Amino acid sequence: MSRGETETGILIRRALGPSGPELGCDECFERLDEYVEYGLAGAPMDEIVPGMRAHLEGCPACREEHESLMSFLLAS
Amino acid sequence: MPASSDVRGKKALDADSRRWLESLRSGHPNRDQAIARLHEMLLRAAHHEVGRRRLSLAHLPDDELDEIATQSADDALVSLLAKLDQYRGKSRFTTWAYKFALLEAAVKVRRLMWRNRETPVEPEHWLVIQDESSGPDGRAERSELLDVLREAITNTLTPHQREVLVALALNGVPIDVLAERNGTTRGALYKTLHDARQKLRSELAARGLTPEAREDGETR
Repeated sequence: MSRGETETGILIRRALGPSGPELGCDECFERLDEYVEYGLAGAPMDEIVPGMRAHLEGCPACREEHESLMSFLLAS
Repeated sequence: MPASSDVRGKKALDADSRRWLESLRSGHPNRDQAIARLHEMLLRAAHHEVGRRRLSLAHLPDDELDEIATQSADDALVSLLAKLDQYRGKSRFTTWAYKFALLEAAVKVRRLMWRNRETPVEPEHWLVIQDESSGPDGRAERSELLDVLREAITNTLTPHQREVLVALALNGVPIDVLAERNGTTRGALYKTLHDARQKLRSELAARGLTPEAREDGETR
């Protein structure tokens, strides 16, 4: 939840999802490792894997798995 | 970090990843040792994921958490070996492998957390929510937006789209939990959710409402 975000804002955001084109869950999983490695390397991962960021905004489960892989690699 | 990559998406397979691939191929003399080593790595990743969610699972004894991690590593290993030919070297082999264990652990934990919970599919909360934002102009605009959204959810979406949208987007049911209960796949459910969201956006656009999330999450 962003600072200052109201309950109404959260619900509208969840209902409408991301505005731009996005990957599906299957393609998100296929490319998650690549996306995370480029992100950690400071590369323009959103140009390399277009549609991933939008999907992570719209899909909480995939977002959790993205955070999980990031945190595991950083901790390893 | 990727050992052998530039920043534009082109990578060469690094030596360690190549060794992993070779040693896991059928017929390799050290395949069993490679599989055992891989399982250890997957188990470490699964424990990491279970540990991240420990607070939500505080009611479970340690041995049950260990069992979840072990089962996740086992399932990840089977899944990964079946998909070995799909590894394209876009990341290190170990990064590619870890995601299987993290996914398995995450799915098992989410299902466990929802084990005794109903799947809410009715938009009760959504229907009664009042906009609490400050400022009369913004409040009036959001109020109109909410009204149109409520109407579109009720009248424009198909029953299946409405059920999926309400469960996943409004009531926070994890997508893999709903997929398991409905006997479908995560990908199919997200496609339904995506189509429902597009319909709602079209309805708003038809009324001249074009909400875009600002950084603070409000709409305009």
